[in-house]
Amino acid sequence: MSEAQTPRAEWPLWEVFVRAKRGLSHVHAGSLHAPDPQLALRNARDLYTRRGEGVSVWVVRADDITASSPDERDSFFDPAGDKVYRHPTFYEVPDDVEYL
Amino acid sequence: MDKTIAPADVTATYLLGLADDALIYTQRLGEWMSRAPQIEEDMALGNIALDLLGQARALLTRVGELDGTGRDEDALAYLRDEREFRNVHLVERPRGDFGDEMARLLWFSSYQFELYSQLTSSTDEVLAGVAAKAIKEVTYHRDHATQWVLRLGDGTPESHARMQAALDRVAPYVDELFTDTATDEAATTSGVGVLPSQLRSAATAYVRSVVDEATLAMPAEPRRRARGGRDGIHSQAMGYLLAEMQHIHRSHPDATTW
Repeated sequence: MSEAQTPRAEWPLWEVFVRAKRGLSHVHAGSLHAPDPQLALRNARDLYTRRGEGVSVWVVRADDITASSPDERDSFFDPAGDKVYRHPTFYEVPDDVEYL
Repeated sequence: MDKTIAPADVTATYLLGLADDALIYTQRLGEWMSRAPQIEEDMALGNIALDLLGQARALLTRVGELDGTGRDEDALAYLRDEREFRNVHLVERPRGDFGDEMARLLWFSSYQFELYSQLTSSTDEVLAGVAAKAIKEVTYHRDHATQWVLRLGDGTPESHARMQAALDRVAPYVDELFTDTATDEAATTSGVGVLPSQLRSAATAYVRSVVDEATLAMPAEPRRRARGGRDGIHSQAMGYLLAEMQHIHRSHPDATTW
Protein backbone atom coordinates (compact mmCIF):
# COMPACT_ATOMS: atom_id res chain seq x y z
CA MET A 1 0.00 0.00 0.00
CA SER A 2 2.98 2.32 0.45
CA GLU A 3 3.01 3.20 -3.23
CA ALA A 4 -0.64 4.30 -3.06
CA GLN A 5 0.22 6.76 -0.33
CA THR A 6 2.89 8.51 -2.35
CA PRO A 7 1.07 11.52 -3.80
CA ARG A 8 2.29 11.17 -7.37
CA ALA A 9 2.14 7.39 -7.54
CA GLU A 10 -0.15 5.83 -10.14
CA TRP A 11 -3.48 4.82 -8.71
CA PRO A 12 -3.71 1.05 -8.20
CA LEU A 13 -5.68 -1.21 -10.50
CA TRP A 14 -9.05 -2.65 -9.48
CA GLU A 15 -11.08 -5.43 -11.06
CA VAL A 16 -14.82 -4.80 -11.40
CA PHE A 17 -17.58 -7.38 -11.06
CA VAL A 18 -21.17 -6.51 -11.96
CA ARG A 19 -24.34 -8.44 -11.22
CA ALA A 20 -26.88 -7.82 -13.97
CA LYS A 21 -29.94 -8.76 -11.93
CA ARG A 22 -31.06 -10.62 -8.86
CA GLY A 23 -30.41 -14.33 -9.08
CA LEU A 24 -27.41 -14.04 -11.40
CA SER A 25 -23.78 -14.07 -10.29
CA HIS A 26 -21.39 -11.15 -10.42
CA VAL A 27 -19.48 -11.25 -13.70
CA HIS A 28 -16.11 -9.67 -14.41
CA ALA A 29 -16.77 -6.48 -16.37
CA GLY A 30 -13.32 -4.92 -16.64
CA SER A 31 -10.81 -2.96 -14.65
CA LEU A 32 -10.08 0.62 -13.65
CA HIS A 33 -7.74 2.84 -11.64
CA ALA A 34 -8.77 4.42 -8.34
CA PRO A 35 -6.98 5.64 -5.22
CA ASP A 36 -9.09 3.70 -2.70
CA PRO A 37 -12.01 1.23 -2.45
CA GLN A 38 -14.80 3.81 -2.16
CA LEU A 39 -13.69 5.76 -5.22
CA ALA A 40 -13.07 2.49 -7.08
CA LEU A 41 -16.70 1.57 -6.44
CA ARG A 42 -17.91 4.94 -7.69
CA ASN A 43 -15.69 4.82 -10.76
CA ALA A 44 -17.03 1.34 -11.46
CA ARG A 45 -20.56 2.70 -11.31
CA ASP A 46 -19.67 5.43 -13.79
CA LEU A 47 -17.71 3.19 -16.17
CA TYR A 48 -19.58 -0.09 -16.16
CA THR A 49 -23.23 0.57 -15.26
CA ARG A 50 -23.94 3.54 -17.53
CA ARG A 51 -26.53 1.68 -19.56
CA GLY A 52 -28.42 -0.03 -16.78
CA GLU A 53 -26.16 -3.07 -16.71
CA GLY A 54 -26.18 -3.71 -13.01
CA VAL A 55 -27.91 -3.94 -9.66
CA SER A 56 -24.75 -4.69 -7.68
CA VAL A 57 -21.04 -3.98 -8.12
CA TRP A 58 -17.95 -5.45 -6.47
CA VAL A 59 -14.45 -4.04 -6.77
CA VAL A 60 -11.33 -6.00 -5.83
CA ARG A 61 -7.72 -4.85 -5.86
CA ALA A 62 -6.13 -6.58 -8.84
CA ASP A 63 -3.10 -7.32 -6.61
CA ASP A 64 -5.34 -9.31 -4.26
CA ILE A 65 -6.44 -11.77 -6.92
CA THR A 66 -4.49 -15.00 -7.17
CA ALA A 67 -4.95 -16.35 -10.67
CA SER A 68 -4.03 -19.56 -12.41
CA SER A 69 -1.17 -19.25 -14.85
CA PRO A 70 -1.43 -20.08 -18.56
CA ASP A 71 1.70 -22.22 -18.08
CA GLU A 72 -0.17 -24.45 -15.66
CA ARG A 73 -3.18 -24.87 -17.93
CA ASP A 74 -2.39 -28.45 -18.93
CA SER A 75 -1.95 -29.76 -15.42
CA PHE A 76 -4.82 -27.70 -14.03
CA PHE A 77 -7.56 -28.37 -16.51
CA ASP A 78 -6.80 -31.24 -18.88
CA PRO A 79 -7.21 -34.05 -16.30
CA ALA A 80 -10.93 -33.18 -16.06
CA GLY A 81 -11.37 -33.54 -19.79
CA ASP A 82 -11.82 -37.31 -20.05
CA LYS A 83 -13.98 -37.86 -16.97
CA VAL A 84 -17.35 -37.96 -18.65
CA TYR A 85 -18.93 -39.59 -15.60
CA ARG A 86 -18.70 -36.23 -13.84
CA HIS A 87 -21.26 -34.80 -16.24
CA PRO A 88 -24.93 -35.56 -15.59
CA THR A 89 -25.49 -36.81 -19.14
CA PHE A 90 -26.78 -40.30 -18.28
CA TYR A 91 -30.21 -39.26 -17.06
CA GLU A 92 -33.44 -38.94 -18.98
CA VAL A 93 -34.74 -35.43 -18.28
CA PRO A 94 -38.55 -35.41 -17.93
CA ASP A 95 -40.25 -33.09 -20.40
CA ASP A 96 -41.85 -30.85 -17.81
CA VAL A 97 -38.61 -30.10 -15.96
CA GLU A 98 -37.65 -27.02 -17.85
CA TYR A 99 -34.68 -25.55 -16.02
CA LEU A 100 -32.67 -28.59 -14.93
CA MET B 1 -38.65 43.23 -12.60
CA ASP B 2 -42.14 43.53 -14.04
CA LYS B 3 -44.66 43.03 -11.25
CA THR B 4 -47.63 42.37 -13.51
CA ILE B 5 -46.31 39.21 -15.14
CA ALA B 6 -48.93 36.57 -15.83
CA PRO B 7 -48.68 33.24 -13.97
CA ALA B 8 -47.54 31.26 -17.02
CA ASP B 9 -44.75 33.77 -17.53
CA VAL B 10 -43.74 33.54 -13.89
CA THR B 11 -43.49 29.78 -14.19
CA ALA B 12 -41.58 30.00 -17.46
CA THR B 13 -39.13 32.57 -16.09
CA TYR B 14 -38.65 30.57 -12.90
CA LEU B 15 -38.01 27.34 -14.82
CA LEU B 16 -35.64 29.13 -17.17
CA GLY B 17 -33.38 29.96 -14.24
CA LEU B 18 -33.25 26.32 -13.14
CA ALA B 19 -32.76 25.15 -16.73
CA ASP B 20 -29.96 27.62 -17.46
CA ASP B 21 -28.09 26.68 -14.28
CA ALA B 22 -28.12 23.05 -15.42
CA LEU B 23 -27.30 23.86 -19.07
CA ILE B 24 -24.40 26.20 -18.40
CA TYR B 25 -22.91 23.90 -15.78
CA THR B 26 -23.18 21.05 -18.28
CA GLN B 27 -21.02 23.08 -20.64
CA ARG B 28 -18.41 23.80 -17.98
CA LEU B 29 -18.26 20.17 -16.82
CA GLY B 30 -17.90 19.06 -20.42
CA GLU B 31 -14.62 20.98 -20.55
CA TRP B 32 -13.13 18.36 -18.22
CA MET B 33 -13.24 15.69 -20.91
CA SER B 34 -9.56 14.65 -21.37
CA ARG B 35 -8.44 17.16 -18.71
CA ALA B 36 -9.37 15.37 -15.45
CA PRO B 37 -6.64 13.73 -13.33
CA GLN B 38 -7.57 10.26 -14.66
CA ILE B 39 -9.75 8.94 -17.45
CA GLU B 40 -12.06 7.51 -14.76
CA GLU B 41 -12.67 11.06 -13.53
CA ASP B 42 -13.33 12.26 -17.09
CA MET B 43 -16.15 9.73 -17.14
CA ALA B 44 -17.48 10.68 -13.74
CA LEU B 45 -17.69 14.37 -14.60
CA GLY B 46 -19.11 13.53 -18.01
CA ASN B 47 -21.84 11.46 -16.37
CA ILE B 48 -22.70 14.31 -14.05
CA ALA B 49 -22.82 16.70 -17.02
CA LEU B 50 -25.17 14.37 -18.87
CA ASP B 51 -27.50 14.19 -15.87
CA LEU B 52 -27.60 17.99 -15.80
CA LEU B 53 -28.17 18.15 -19.54
CA GLY B 54 -31.18 15.87 -19.13
CA GLN B 55 -32.60 18.22 -16.51
CA ALA B 56 -31.94 21.23 -18.74
CA ARG B 57 -33.61 19.65 -21.78
CA ALA B 58 -36.79 18.74 -19.92
CA LEU B 59 -37.00 22.16 -18.29
CA LEU B 60 -36.26 24.11 -21.47
CA THR B 61 -38.91 22.16 -23.35
CA ARG B 62 -41.39 23.07 -20.62
CA VAL B 63 -40.35 26.72 -20.80
CA GLY B 64 -41.04 26.70 -24.55
CA GLU B 65 -44.54 25.36 -23.91
CA LEU B 66 -45.31 27.95 -21.26
CA ASP B 67 -43.84 31.19 -22.53
CA GLY B 68 -45.99 31.37 -25.65
CA THR B 69 -43.11 31.70 -28.11
CA GLY B 70 -43.26 28.08 -29.26
CA ARG B 71 -39.48 27.71 -29.06
CA ASP B 72 -38.10 24.20 -28.65
CA GLU B 73 -35.19 23.22 -26.41
CA ASP B 74 -32.63 23.85 -29.17
CA ALA B 75 -33.94 27.33 -29.90
CA LEU B 76 -33.77 28.16 -26.22
CA ALA B 77 -30.30 26.71 -25.72
CA TYR B 78 -28.64 27.89 -28.91
CA LEU B 79 -30.47 30.97 -30.13
CA ARG B 80 -30.70 33.14 -27.04
CA ASP B 81 -28.11 35.81 -26.35
CA GLU B 82 -26.22 36.43 -23.16
CA ARG B 83 -28.70 38.83 -21.54
CA GLU B 84 -31.52 36.29 -21.93
CA PHE B 85 -29.75 33.62 -19.86
CA ARG B 86 -30.85 33.43 -16.23
CA ASN B 87 -28.14 31.21 -14.72
CA VAL B 88 -26.22 32.14 -11.58
CA HIS B 89 -22.58 33.22 -11.85
CA LEU B 90 -21.33 30.15 -10.02
CA VAL B 91 -21.95 27.87 -13.00
CA GLU B 92 -20.49 30.17 -15.67
CA ARG B 93 -17.29 30.76 -13.71
CA PRO B 94 -14.30 29.57 -15.78
CA ARG B 95 -13.00 26.13 -14.99
CA GLY B 96 -10.20 26.38 -12.45
CA ASP B 97 -8.18 23.47 -11.11
CA PHE B 98 -9.73 20.21 -9.97
CA GLY B 99 -10.18 21.59 -6.45
CA ASP B 100 -12.15 24.53 -7.82
CA GLU B 101 -14.45 22.13 -9.64
CA MET B 102 -15.04 20.00 -6.57
CA ALA B 103 -15.75 23.12 -4.48
CA ARG B 104 -18.23 24.34 -7.09
CA LEU B 105 -19.83 20.91 -7.46
CA LEU B 106 -20.16 20.53 -3.69
CA TRP B 107 -22.02 23.83 -3.39
CA PHE B 108 -24.10 23.43 -6.51
CA SER B 109 -25.16 19.86 -5.81
CA SER B 110 -25.94 20.68 -2.19
CA TYR B 111 -28.14 23.54 -3.43
CA GLN B 112 -29.80 21.35 -6.07
CA PHE B 113 -30.35 18.57 -3.56
CA GLU B 114 -32.38 20.84 -1.27
CA LEU B 115 -34.07 22.50 -4.27
CA TYR B 116 -35.30 19.34 -5.95
CA SER B 117 -36.28 17.78 -2.61
CA GLN B 118 -38.78 20.62 -2.25
CA LEU B 119 -39.83 20.77 -5.89
CA THR B 120 -41.15 17.19 -5.98
CA SER B 121 -44.37 18.75 -4.66
CA SER B 122 -44.46 21.60 -7.21
CA THR B 123 -47.87 22.39 -8.71
CA ASP B 124 -46.24 22.24 -12.14
CA GLU B 125 -46.42 18.54 -12.95
CA VAL B 126 -43.50 18.61 -15.35
CA LEU B 127 -41.27 20.30 -12.78
CA ALA B 128 -42.37 17.87 -10.07
CA GLY B 129 -41.51 15.00 -12.40
CA VAL B 130 -38.10 16.43 -13.28
CA ALA B 131 -37.40 16.96 -9.58
CA ALA B 132 -38.33 13.40 -8.65
CA LYS B 133 -35.92 12.02 -11.24
CA ALA B 134 -33.20 14.58 -10.58
CA ILE B 135 -33.05 14.03 -6.84
CA LYS B 136 -31.42 10.62 -7.35
CA GLU B 137 -28.92 12.09 -9.80
CA VAL B 138 -28.05 15.02 -7.59
CA THR B 139 -27.59 12.77 -4.58
CA TYR B 140 -24.82 11.08 -6.51
CA HIS B 141 -23.27 14.37 -7.67
CA ARG B 142 -23.15 15.57 -4.09
CA ASP B 143 -21.57 12.34 -2.97
CA HIS B 144 -18.94 12.58 -5.69
CA ALA B 145 -17.93 16.08 -4.64
CA THR B 146 -17.98 15.01 -1.00
CA GLN B 147 -15.65 12.09 -1.61
CA TRP B 148 -13.11 14.32 -3.31
CA VAL B 149 -13.28 17.24 -0.90
CA LEU B 150 -12.71 14.79 1.97
CA ARG B 151 -9.71 13.23 0.26
CA LEU B 152 -8.13 16.45 -0.93
CA GLY B 153 -8.78 18.32 2.32
CA ASP B 154 -7.55 15.50 4.52
CA GLY B 155 -4.80 14.44 2.10
CA THR B 156 -1.32 15.85 1.69
CA PRO B 157 -0.28 19.35 2.83
CA GLU B 158 -0.41 20.50 -0.81
CA SER B 159 -3.86 19.05 -1.52
CA HIS B 160 -5.17 20.51 1.74
CA ALA B 161 -3.88 23.99 0.91
CA ARG B 162 -5.20 23.87 -2.65
CA MET B 163 -8.63 22.57 -1.62
CA GLN B 164 -8.90 25.36 0.96
CA ALA B 165 -7.87 27.94 -1.64
CA ALA B 166 -10.50 26.57 -4.02
CA LEU B 167 -13.26 26.83 -1.38
CA ASP B 168 -12.18 30.42 -0.74
CA ARG B 169 -12.28 31.28 -4.45
CA VAL B 170 -15.78 29.82 -4.88
CA ALA B 171 -17.19 31.54 -1.77
CA PRO B 172 -18.17 34.84 -3.47
CA TYR B 173 -20.46 32.90 -5.84
CA VAL B 174 -22.45 31.03 -3.17
CA ASP B 175 -24.73 33.79 -1.92
CA GLU B 176 -26.43 34.24 -5.28
CA LEU B 177 -27.73 30.66 -5.16
CA PHE B 178 -29.77 31.50 -2.08
CA THR B 179 -30.93 35.01 -2.98
CA ASP B 180 -34.65 35.44 -3.69
CA THR B 181 -35.77 37.32 -6.81
CA ALA B 182 -39.22 38.70 -7.56
CA THR B 183 -39.75 35.72 -9.85
CA ASP B 184 -38.87 33.30 -7.04
CA GLU B 185 -41.40 35.00 -4.80
CA ALA B 186 -44.15 34.92 -7.42
CA ALA B 187 -43.42 31.31 -8.32
CA THR B 188 -43.46 30.31 -4.67
CA THR B 189 -46.79 32.05 -4.14
CA SER B 190 -48.31 30.13 -7.05
CA GLY B 191 -46.98 26.83 -5.67
CA VAL B 192 -44.64 26.17 -8.59
CA GLY B 193 -41.37 27.07 -6.94
CA VAL B 194 -39.53 27.39 -3.68
CA LEU B 195 -37.72 30.36 -2.19
CA PRO B 196 -33.94 29.92 -2.59
CA SER B 197 -33.43 31.60 0.80
CA GLN B 198 -35.26 28.69 2.43
CA LEU B 199 -32.68 26.25 1.06
CA ARG B 200 -29.70 28.09 2.47
CA SER B 201 -29.43 26.66 5.96
CA ALA B 202 -29.78 23.00 5.00
CA ALA B 203 -27.39 23.25 2.05
CA THR B 204 -24.86 25.22 4.09
CA ALA B 205 -25.09 22.73 6.95
CA TYR B 206 -24.25 19.90 4.56
CA VAL B 207 -21.28 21.73 3.03
CA ARG B 208 -20.07 22.67 6.50
CA SER B 209 -20.21 19.05 7.65
CA VAL B 210 -18.05 17.98 4.69
CA VAL B 211 -15.63 20.88 5.12
CA ASP B 212 -15.25 20.11 8.83
CA GLU B 213 -14.66 16.42 8.26
CA ALA B 214 -12.11 17.28 5.57
CA THR B 215 -10.16 19.30 8.18
CA LEU B 216 -10.82 22.44 6.13
CA ALA B 217 -12.34 25.75 7.21
CA MET B 218 -15.50 27.44 5.96
CA PRO B 219 -14.39 30.62 4.16
CA ALA B 220 -14.97 33.94 5.90
CA GLU B 221 -17.85 36.08 4.60
CA PRO B 222 -16.65 37.22 1.18
CA ARG B 223 -16.28 40.96 0.66
CA ARG B 224 -17.67 40.85 -2.84
CA ARG B 225 -20.56 38.69 -4.02
CA ALA B 226 -21.67 37.75 -7.51
CA ARG B 227 -25.19 38.89 -8.33
CA GLY B 228 -27.50 39.61 -11.23
CA GLY B 229 -27.31 36.31 -13.09
CA ARG B 230 -31.05 35.78 -12.75
CA ASP B 231 -31.61 39.17 -14.42
CA GLY B 232 -29.33 38.30 -17.32
CA ILE B 233 -26.29 40.15 -16.06
CA HIS B 234 -23.26 37.96 -16.55
CA SER B 235 -19.49 37.99 -16.34
CA GLN B 236 -17.01 38.35 -19.15
CA ALA B 237 -16.63 34.57 -19.20
CA MET B 238 -20.22 34.03 -20.30
CA GLY B 239 -19.80 35.36 -23.84
CA TYR B 240 -16.92 33.01 -24.55
CA LEU B 241 -18.86 30.09 -23.08
CA LEU B 242 -21.89 30.82 -25.27
CA ALA B 243 -19.73 31.27 -28.38
CA GLU B 244 -18.30 27.80 -27.89
CA MET B 245 -21.64 26.24 -26.97
CA GLN B 246 -23.73 27.86 -29.69
CA HIS B 247 -21.55 28.36 -32.74
CA ILE B 248 -22.14 24.97 -34.39
CA HIS B 249 -25.88 25.30 -34.18
CA ARG B 250 -25.82 28.87 -35.41
CA SER B 251 -23.52 27.98 -38.31
CA HIS B 252 -25.84 25.16 -39.39
CA PRO B 253 -29.25 26.20 -38.05
CA ASP B 254 -31.34 23.59 -39.85
CA ALA B 255 -28.89 20.71 -39.83
CA THR B 256 -30.48 17.43 -38.82
CA THR B 257 -27.76 14.97 -39.87
CA TRP B 258 -23.97 15.17 -39.95
